[in-house]
Amino acid sequence: MKHIALAEADRLVDPMIPQMMSIKKTVWETDDTFTLQLENAVYADPGYSFSPGQFNMLYVFGMGESAISISSDPAKPGVLQHTIHRVGTVTNILSQMKRGDIIGLRGPFGSRWPIEKANGLDVCIVAGGIGLAPLRPVVYSLFRRRRDYGRVLLLYGARSPLDLLYRVELEEWGKLYDVEVLVTVDRSDSTWKGYIGVVPNLLSYIKLDARATIAMVCGPEVMMQYTIAEILRRGVPPEQVYLSMERNMKCAVGFCGHCQYGPKFICKDGPVFALTQIADLFEKKEI
Amino acid sequence: MVKADLTEMLCKHPFVGELHDPHLKLLVGCAKNVHFRDGEYLCHEGEAADLFFLIRSGRVAIEIHAGHKGKRRIQTIGPGEVLGWSWLIFPYRWHFDGCAVSEVSAMALDGKCLRNKCDKDHDFGYEMLKRLANVFQSRMEATRLQLLDVYGTR
Amino acid sequence: MFIIQPKDFDTLISALKTRSYLVIGPKVRDNAVIYDEIDVAADLPIGLTDEQDNSRYRLKRSAGGLFFDTSVGPYSWKRYLFPSRAKIMSFIKRGKVLELESDGAGQEKRQYAFLGVRPCELSAMALQDRVFMGAQFADRAYSAKRKGAFIVAVNCTRSGGTCFCASMGTGPGATEGYDITLTELVENDRHCFLAEVGSARGTDVMNDVTRTKASAADVQLARNLVAAAKGSMKKSMNVAGLRELLAENVDSAHWEEVSRRCLMCANCTLVCPTCFCSTVEDTTDLSGEHAERWRRWDSCFTMDFAKVTGGNFRPSPRARYRQWITHKLSWWIEQFGTSGCVGCGRCVTWCPVGIDITAEVRALQSSGVHADA
Repeated sequence: MKHIALAEADRLVDPMIPQMMSIKKTVWETDDTFTLQLENAVYADPGYSFSPGQFNMLYVFGMGESAISISSDPAKPGVLQHTIHRVGTVTNILSQMKRGDIIGLRGPFGSRWPIEKANGLDVCIVAGGIGLAPLRPVVYSLFRRRRDYGRVLLLYGARSPLDLLYRVELEEWGKLYDVEVLVTVDRSDSTWKGYIGVVPNLLSYIKLDARATIAMVCGPEVMMQYTIAEILRRGVPPEQVYLSMERNMKCAVGFCGHCQYGPKFICKDGPVFALTQIADLFEKKEI
Repeated sequence: MVKADLTEMLCKHPFVGELHDPHLKLLVGCAKNVHFRDGEYLCHEGEAADLFFLIRSGRVAIEIHAGHKGKRRIQTIGPGEVLGWSWLIFPYRWHFDGCAVSEVSAMALDGKCLRNKCDKDHDFGYEMLKRLANVFQSRMEATRLQLLDVYGTR
Repeated sequence: MFIIQPKDFDTLISALKTRSYLVIGPKVRDNAVIYDEIDVAADLPIGLTDEQDNSRYRLKRSAGGLFFDTSVGPYSWKRYLFPSRAKIMSFIKRGKVLELESDGAGQEKRQYAFLGVRPCELSAMALQDRVFMGAQFADRAYSAKRKGAFIVAVNCTRSGGTCFCASMGTGPGATEGYDITLTELVENDRHCFLAEVGSARGTDVMNDVTRTKASAADVQLARNLVAAAKGSMKKSMNVAGLRELLAENVDSAHWEEVSRRCLMCANCTLVCPTCFCSTVEDTTDLSGEHAERWRRWDSCFTMDFAKVTGGNFRPSPRARYRQWITHKLSWWIEQFGTSGCVGCGRCVTWCPVGIDITAEVRALQSSGVHADA
């Protein structure tokens, strides 16, 4: 494969045009979720800069695009990862690609988790299922300056023990970085000794200095609704609650209209929102 | 265990909340501090539900025998939560097995004794039922969410 | 300001054609006035008028030989600026190598001259500009076409049966956004066009048009005719507080009621000049070496619009009708700074069951929850 070294200024920045990326590594996290690591197929080692919470549109030749959150460490631009749930045509093909195969990438798009707002506060990260993927960059960023924050709590749940993502890292985080990690599953197997129950329940097992806590939540929408209701009930101010929303995405640049959530375009006003930005619509049905 | 310590421990548990004498004294009189090792059972299905537990630390898994599927753990009860309400509901028998899946410390309450006290003192009975109603509600809501299978893609 | 005689109208069209514009204007096809290529003035719907009402559109012959006596038809100018199907990208794959072949912009060889743009349509174009030429992202193909398009606007001297531009502040007279604007003057036996220039290139084109100077009386007549059209609108919409009213009535029982009438046919979104939703289709050819990405119009009324893997965020008809009207009249304002409706009345005319957006708003205003209630 030919690599060209080019100056920053020469690189394509048009958000409608994909860059060509090649597959560097595929790691299976569970039987239907995998992490894809990409590198630029044309330019030698240019790195890829993004903020936690942002996503890319990954293009499979002739098949279409899929909006996928970036799940790697923003401070390591040479390692670009996306954790993908294999559910449709495009993600299925991505899951079968080999090292060196080429896909298109447009991005990064969207708003970011407000990590700077967490300075001096306790950080409570709550994730459900694949929702941990867009929050992993936050975790990495917090570790980089651990002393800037108070307690760091990670509450995470998945369908079953086999569906848990990043199991090895979860354990490391608990040990190495002074993070309180609580993990639960909706349904268990005979070997699981952890919590069995829904993610919002995990909040009952932790003490919170509510007014000094910032919460970042991501997961299926109904899980976020119950979780946030509980977080607010515990006294965390609504201005300190952030979440990441999901809708049907086709263009990622605010033209196609599919991702609208009330007046908000999830692709450019989100996907990360402060609760206060969407509070009126959050509990409404079929928005 | 000194009575004063037990009282303090009880008052700290969310189940007890704002409870005053003489009702608090009734409860203290029926309480004792207990520990379980990982793997020990707190209760078995079918047995008389003479005790119930206020969990202070650790996790207890609710196990149900599901025929050919064998023993299934369907929920865990954790710190600040309550294990057991059948002590107050006829026929006063456990409906599941409760297995400690970690070191567990809890307060065991004499349900049989408290049941009689509820019958005699309806004000006390109301305080207990109020609290149990809360337990039912949050357990029901959590179970409903579990049933929704929010992570499923079909 | 100038006067152009009907017999000299062709000099305007020629002036545009010699400057290599592709002239698009109103034409009759299938018993409706649509927008298509215009060669000569005789191609225009001369001597025709229309009758429009809720789910009703009829063309009729009229005396006087007027050129522009019909109101807007089912087409809008978005058909040209934002085509219903457009190839936006193509790719080549050889072995493992994947390359971009073309990016869709610069496909247009000639610029358009839009002849007969009504004031509501000028506003509609300006609204779509806010969508496609926004602060953050701009559609290059749209921008190129839009900037190059020459606009000959036509003021309305008769309000259509379903028009309510007066309520929306978008007509019936044009105030900006045109290169030339025409007002068709009819007085006793006199029939001519008042022409006003609105830009440098408008002045340039006008220099090649056979014309005479307009008198003050001509200008006054034009103003009077437009004012008469404004005063005779049959439909109206009270927009005061509408943004808040819709945002607060997401749970109104009214939406269930409308959804019993609405067929979810998406006609309204197709004829609406500001609706901008689209979808993307990726295709490949048999050789597997060539792939294309096409964009085509989509509608929030379709069943699949809000579908994601594993579910659908907006499956019920009730929610989909609500989405369209609430977006158009309320959420548009937060998104783009203005209402998305220009009062052209197309959605009312072309709805097969005659759902009238002005009536739906009135119904909500009389029954809806208000913030201070």
